[in-house]
Amino acid sequence: MNKLLLGLLLGAVLGALDGGTAWFYPEVRAQMVGIIVGSTIKGLIAGVAAGIFARKVNSVPLGILFGLAVGFALAFLVAYLQHDHYVAIILPGSIVGLLVGYATQQYGVMPGPANAR
Amino acid sequence: MRHLSDKALTRLRSGTELPDLGGTRYRLISQVARGGMGVVYAAEDECLQRRVALKVLEISGSEGDLPNRLMREARVLARLEHPGIVPVHDAGTLADGRVFYAMKFVEGQRLDQYIESQASTPDRLRIFLRICDAVAFAHAHGVLHRDLKPANVMVGSFGEILVMDWGLAKILADVLKPDPLEDDASIVHSSTDRENGTAIPATAISASTGHGSVLGTPGYMSPEQARGEIELLDARSDIYSLGALLRYLLSEKLPAHLSTLLDRSLEAICGKACAPAREARYSAVQEMAADVSRYLNGLAVGAHRESIFEKVTRLYRRYRFFVLLIAAYLVMRILLILLLKH
Repeated sequence: MNKLLLGLLLGAVLGALDGGTAWFYPEVRAQMVGIIVGSTIKGLIAGVAAGIFARKVNSVPLGILFGLAVGFALAFLVAYLQHDHYVAIILPGSIVGLLVGYATQQYGVMPGPANAR
Repeated sequence: MRHLSDKALTRLRSGTELPDLGGTRYRLISQVARGGMGVVYAAEDECLQRRVALKVLEISGSEGDLPNRLMREARVLARLEHPGIVPVHDAGTLADGRVFYAMKFVEGQRLDQYIESQASTPDRLRIFLRICDAVAFAHAHGVLHRDLKPANVMVGSFGEILVMDWGLAKILADVLKPDPLEDDASIVHSSTDRENGTAIPATAISASTGHGSVLGTPGYMSPEQARGEIELLDARSDIYSLGALLRYLLSEKLPAHLSTLLDRSLEAICGKACAPAREARYSAVQEMAADVSRYLNGLAVGAHRESIFEKVTRLYRRYRFFVLLIAAYLVMRILLILLLKH
């Protein structure tokens, strides 16, 4: 599995799980579907970004830092738009980015050279 | 009159047994192994200044069954240019009339000795795949090995895998020039004593020619080979031996806690390769190697229909990293929820 696809899949799965945990907050349970979809998209974006980064930079610490930064930025954007639940949104979102950043550095294969014509 | 001691007699006898390398480019170094047909010596190729292995017939004369068979073994090896098959450099007759051939001197260990230090199953399977490569190459060139076993595989000092002892090799018709020796059913065992005397006569052949005998190692010979049904031997006979070899690799000297965990898929691969009826075996070495590769890659193997539980276990092994990562995330998330609620 290449790094981009790995980031995409892992970001989507972790993002969906992240959104699913909204069920534990009764005050937002009514908006569950929207939260899961939004969170999945957020995870996808973080995953793709981490995957692209991993293809260009081969460094686990930098990958983790990049994933953390992207996850934080996306989660902060969501929380800022809602003006609420800053910690509950930003902390898990950042950790999703961190995990995806680590995974894309440590696993997944680099794309091979293009076929010569 | 003084009598010679037993020790002196033994030394004299071994001196007369040594091949006369006069007039050749080789200088004898030492004896490496001894077998039913010939003796393998380490020698120095003085022209190229490299060490070679000389397989020399024990009896003099270039006519007759044994000299022809040794030359045939050399010719078979010469045809099979493959990194997994020991290369032949030279062949001929020595000054003392003994037939010989020179091959690469492989510095390393026999497979059975080597795997004592290789505990991991994937490592053993990768070695097995490389043996399959060499055997498949030989089959593609119309040659059956007929004596595959751990003692006939060498692991070089750089990890190279070499299939040795092609003395029992059978050249299949229609592929190469017909060999008069293949017309009769006699087989003379040529394996050296690397197998530590485990090779024993299996059965005498009375069919067609009524002479000769089948020699081999019980447990590695296919049933049809053990019955002396020479005309029935094909690639599936070597596949039987490969199955036995794989079973050996997976069970021998594995730590106790690993040997009990032998996967059903691997057992099924061994079982299919070693099926008593040759029709039930893999039809080609590549097919068997593909199943082993699938196992190594965490995929379902063709030889085994797995249960739901086995499928889940296999998928877990294949995607262990993802499962553990998601589990770690969930634990973190639950802790976070509990923390925020309180």
